[in-house]
Amino acid sequence: MPKGTGWRIALIGIFVLLSFLYLTPTLAGKLPAWWGKLLPKDKIHLGLDLQGGTHLVLEVDTQKAVEGSLDIVATDLEDTLNSKSLRFKRINRTGSDKVTVVLYEKGTAEAVQKLLKDKYPGYEQSPVYDEGGFMALNLRVDEKAAQDRKDKAVQQALETIRNRIDQFGVSEPIIQREGINHIVVQLPGIKDPQRAIELIGKTARLEFKMVREDISPSMGVVPEDAELLKEKTVDQVTGSVNEVPMVVQRKSMITGDLLTDAQVRIDSQFNQPYVAIEFNALGAKLFDQVTAANVGKRFAIVLDNNIYSAPVIRERISGGSAQISGNFTEKTAADLAIVLRAGALPAPVKIIQNVTVGPSLGQDSINKGLMAGLIGVVLVVLFMAVYYKLSGMVANLGMVLNVVYLMGALAALGATLTLPGIAAIVLLIGMSVDSNVIIFERIREELKLGKSPKAALDAGYDKAFLTIMDSHITTLITAAVLFQFGTGPVKGFAVSLSLGVIINLFTSLIGTKVTFDLFLHRGTVKKMSI
Amino acid sequence: MELLGKTNIDFIGKRNIAFAISIVISIVGIIGIIQIARGAANMGIDFSGGTSMQLKFSKPVAIADARVALHKGGIAKVDLQEIRDGNKLLVKIDRNTTVALGKSADAVQEAFKKGLSGNDFVVESSTEIGPSIGDKLRKDTLVAVAISMLGIILYIAWRFDFKFGIGATLATMHDCLAMFAAFLVLDKEINLLFITAVLTIAGYSLTDTVVVFDRIRENLHKNLKGSLHNIFNNSINEVLSRTIVTSLTVFLAAASLFFFGGEVIHDFAFALLVGVLVGTYSSVFVASPIVVLLENRALAKQSEKA
Repeated sequence: MPKGTGWRIALIGIFVLLSFLYLTPTLAGKLPAWWGKLLPKDKIHLGLDLQGGTHLVLEVDTQKAVEGSLDIVATDLEDTLNSKSLRFKRINRTGSDKVTVVLYEKGTAEAVQKLLKDKYPGYEQSPVYDEGGFMALNLRVDEKAAQDRKDKAVQQALETIRNRIDQFGVSEPIIQREGINHIVVQLPGIKDPQRAIELIGKTARLEFKMVREDISPSMGVVPEDAELLKEKTVDQVTGSVNEVPMVVQRKSMITGDLLTDAQVRIDSQFNQPYVAIEFNALGAKLFDQVTAANVGKRFAIVLDNNIYSAPVIRERISGGSAQISGNFTEKTAADLAIVLRAGALPAPVKIIQNVTVGPSLGQDSINKGLMAGLIGVVLVVLFMAVYYKLSGMVANLGMVLNVVYLMGALAALGATLTLPGIAAIVLLIGMSVDSNVIIFERIREELKLGKSPKAALDAGYDKAFLTIMDSHITTLITAAVLFQFGTGPVKGFAVSLSLGVIINLFTSLIGTKVTFDLFLHRGTVKKMSI
Repeated sequence: MELLGKTNIDFIGKRNIAFAISIVISIVGIIGIIQIARGAANMGIDFSGGTSMQLKFSKPVAIADARVALHKGGIAKVDLQEIRDGNKLLVKIDRNTTVALGKSADAVQEAFKKGLSGNDFVVESSTEIGPSIGDKLRKDTLVAVAISMLGIILYIAWRFDFKFGIGATLATMHDCLAMFAAFLVLDKEINLLFITAVLTIAGYSLTDTVVVFDRIRENLHKNLKGSLHNIFNNSINEVLSRTIVTSLTVFLAAASLFFFGGEVIHDFAFALLVGVLVGTYSSVFVASPIVVLLENRALAKQSEKA
């Protein structure tokens, strides 16, 4: 064996072994028991475009989260002022970033100012100003605190959505934050995408509000402390939707964040599913107080501003459990229980991208991609064999090595293979022999100059080296940019392309060279098959 | 085997014809880009926002019937396209429709269930994209194209001298423009995959140019006497067969994607085919003649001074 060949052959062999080692989890359906802890388990994942599934991008309405926390501050302040017997005209959120307090007297204003300073140090206080003869002041949330709140809202939304999906049961979901206020959700192989989307997108803000029987919904004018909501019922036989308007107190008595559990139960009398909920200690206490104080009145169970039911309070309910009935099917009841258990989203989310691929199209794409790849390989192999004879076969060997290494690398990185990714591999089959074409043409020239095969070979590889580097680096530049900016399928393309280009440098410069060296090293070969 | 024996074609001498052809192609390409910027091109929904669905019916569907069914379902502005094998229908609704995003896929299904009852269908894929995503993607894409072009220019400028850098850059831009031109003329959809193909070709088409330039540089060092015109011509002729063979292998691979890869990447493969062909042409007929032009101008200036 010529000098310097051994380590190169060893390197090629080791890489082949490694590739197959990493590919084993992908190729074998199930790993054997002896496949220990140290051996790789990562697989090449199939992108959603190949295995079917749903890709969602959600936008969190973070402004609403800031407004929501200001609403809480307003309610909180009302309670505090009431408990200190400081009289006020109204306290409410105004605009998107402040709470306005309107007071009757100057004396209270000073007391309130001091109280606000102690209780809400993170907020900016405006000086007291005159508003229609009353004393008013603003409590403004500063830019940074608002930003923090927004950031937390996205984080919370992500956790909540993850919780919901886990409970819904999807294998290998991907839930990631993207940019400032986007959340990406991938649900591979999901059967009922519509149901999952509804489950994920629901804000699920549960509130118990007293019904204002004194105001008729048909009057059209609702006082400031009340609001008009609708109870929707769907006739399960005809499918027609019936809406009953109702006026309820704007302020909620109890909210869903005081829940500890929610389960689906079946009503034994009507065989109708309902959702049984359990409150925590605080919730149970509040529920006890509210029901005790309002026996005989109606309260509405409101989810995302829709009334689910509005039962009459027959007696005081202690113990902290209640039930939500409405006309549920078993599925809708189960989904409601999931969203209540997982908790409400801190702010509404909007679906801004939804890509759903059915499993049949995915399989079709895999089959066609493989077919195209196979035909590509055959065409290139034939061409190289005819045009460059034995040397062509060496280049073909390099190309096969290239594909094996690439697949191994994809498996080792646990990369995701998409349809454009397959296209990149097919394209690489054509590109990977290019380096050898450049080298071979050079060798032919050197042979024509009368050099011996061995000398021509070395000159060919040497002189073609820079050209090959240049062409690979320019391809790598664009592949890297595509990787940085691309999403989903395009990213898969960039991954395959950049790995392939790097690997190609190795196979075409070392892999094929060593093969030639093995045959030509003695210098006895008089004629080269090229 | 050899495809071409020793050739002696006067490539540089044909530069006026080549320039004329390339200028026309480039202008059409620029028009294509302007159309995209104006939003008047055939944009994929990943850039424009909207809904696209692929449905597979159990029986053949006439486009006209499908349109009537959608119309009755309240979806007026819609683009329908038939896929030959397997009774498939592509439905594309742009974002300026009356149906709200997130509901249009449902609306389409409802409309077909009512309007084409008796012809069952399954939804093979559906994509809904909000306008904000499309806008963001368009911006990201522009940045991506700009950065990769800049990267290539810098690399070439570093590896070769300035005039070669200009030649290679213009040839690369020419190839990209030609792809835009082809898609404009054939009214094919401009989507993310097309941009991916353009960037891939931007990186790849340089291969051929670099092969030619390397040889020209080598011959310039060897032989300082011959006229520039001849050195360039000889160099191109010397490497002509490898220029063609390297393109041919990639062309074979792209062609198998085009013919057998399925409808999802059909246009993508088409873009690659166009790119490979134009890339080969430009490395011979665009890149080198531009360098000759620049060199001659520089020489003329020098002799004026002397």
